[in-house]
Amino acid sequence: MSADLGELGDLYQEVILEHSKAPRNFRKPASANHHAEGFNPLCGDRCSVYLDVEDGAIKDIGFEGSGCAISRASASMMTQALKGKSTEEAAKLFEEFHNLVTGDAEAMKNAAELGKLAAFGGVSKFPARVKCATLAWHTLQSALEDKEETVSTE
Amino acid sequence: MTAVAQPVVREPQPNGVAPKSAPALDLARIRADFPILAERINGKPLVYLDNAATSQKPRAVLDAIANYYAHMNANIHRGVHTLSVRATEAHDAARRTVKQFINAADTREIIFVRGATEAINLVAQTYGRVHVGAGDEVLITAMEHHSNIVPWQILCEEKGAHLKVAPMDDRGELLLDAFASLIGPRTRIVAVTHVSNALGTVNPLREMIELAHRRGVPVLVDGAQAVPHFAVDVQALDCDFYAFSGHKVYAPTGIGVLYGKRALLDAMPPYQGGGDMIASVTFEKTTYNVLPYKFEAGTPDIAGAIALGAALKYISGLGMENIAAHEHDLLAYAAETVGAIPGVELIGTARERAGVLSFVLEGVHPHDLGTILDREGIAIRTGHHCAQPVMERFGIPATARASFAVYNTREEVDVLAAGIRTAREVFQ
Ligand SMILES: Cc1ncc(COP(=O)(O)O)c(C=O)c1O
Repeated sequence: MSADLGELGDLYQEVILEHSKAPRNFRKPASANHHAEGFNPLCGDRCSVYLDVEDGAIKDIGFEGSGCAISRASASMMTQALKGKSTEEAAKLFEEFHNLVTGDAEAMKNAAELGKLAAFGGVSKFPARVKCATLAWHTLQSALEDKEETVSTE
Repeated sequence: MTAVAQPVVREPQPNGVAPKSAPALDLARIRADFPILAERINGKPLVYLDNAATSQKPRAVLDAIANYYAHMNANIHRGVHTLSVRATEAHDAARRTVKQFINAADTREIIFVRGATEAINLVAQTYGRVHVGAGDEVLITAMEHHSNIVPWQILCEEKGAHLKVAPMDDRGELLLDAFASLIGPRTRIVAVTHVSNALGTVNPLREMIELAHRRGVPVLVDGAQAVPHFAVDVQALDCDFYAFSGHKVYAPTGIGVLYGKRALLDAMPPYQGGGDMIASVTFEKTTYNVLPYKFEAGTPDIAGAIALGAALKYISGLGMENIAAHEHDLLAYAAETVGAIPGVELIGTARERAGVLSFVLEGVHPHDLGTILDREGIAIRTGHHCAQPVMERFGIPATARASFAVYNTREEVDVLAAGIRTAREVFQ
């Protein structure tokens, strides 16, 4: 993308655009034993997260759904970040990610620890887009808790 | 300072073609009437194209609110003191302005409510609860806003009645034959939008109302997206109820109108109980007040009603015909300009449209488009526009929607088109 987009460039970082166009783990793993649906009623974004959890560890993870670039990239990069992690680590990562996209100063400072996910730091300048970035994560949380009802961001 | 309509000068055209945009409105002066249009957004001039969500307010409206609170604030109908008399008179005058604006037969047919949503709920909960019973039907269309769906669903659920939905075609035009065939012996009320907020479709109301009346069925019209754009005459339409919101027609939020034919309103039970809506109260029996007060329980939004009057006077001064012509030209220009951008698909291509251009851009989710346009100072709405069934009908989760008001210009459409091209570049 062109370089003169200013803050827009902070939001739509290369890695985010790339994942939004070619999301990873965009599938339902056959071994999945946890699942949840997420929905953002404001923009119609939908997200299903599938997990194969064994002995407290996320062995496999995938997602399906439709949404904006931010929500697709967030879901895609979330699946990459979580594969092989324990469910506690996943919960902690969600907390750190949430702090990052909502502009928490501490989280911004330590963004590097989030690895690739640090790319979502720019979302904090776009409050209307925080829900796009966190939809997959909220759905993940619900899948881990085996909640029946669809998660809604509203 | 109010912009006034210049007389329409029809200069002879060499080939008999009317000028592209008749100079009936002085747009620069109109824009100067709206203080918010001078705002800069992200360093760019505001291009406000979200008028279907809510319109901006002219100084005449802002002044009416300030003037009310500075010089006449008091409760109405309750005092003999001077301020109360002033407030009551101004409130009454606003009702007369509304009556004239939609050409109702009688000021008693004008009920002040919070907005279109409350107006529709009022009819569903009063007329509806009396006339709709188990096995009966309520007929709506496939292009309704949620606020003209859910109140009827609530009623049908409570009564064991059925909600019927008249379909539309791929352009977003109502299928009139299907609509006619859905009006049956059990149909108790028809509730239809005048103009679709998601597609811009203008429905053929005269025919629809005639079809319903031939079978003795009353019709409620959701006019939220019509009243801002062209002259509405409730007597010519012969509709039984007409609902609209002040905030979409240059007035503040919190005020709206339900028009109802007097005979129907008279026979309806009240909506809410409280002060102002009663003639006398004892613990044994309450006698309800006359129209319109029967439906206006409690202290109303006095300043809002007065400001609505000011808004309607303001646009009447510009001329609804001039506004309609200007917006028609803008919409046609926008459809042509935006429609020509590679990857753009217009959603809603009905032959009769007003105010709204809905579209999707290949490879760019509407939400991302909205963010990118916002950086350019352009405000549009993205999402399902409170019309999820419409999105489902077209098999899309959301659209981007540019919607127009009297103060918008062709130059702003050009800025929008440039913004859409930028979004394409970002995501290509
Ligand atoms: C067609 C239509 N009907 C009803 C409404 C509801 O209006 P309000 O929210 O002002 O009550 C809207 C507003 O978006 C609308 O577009």
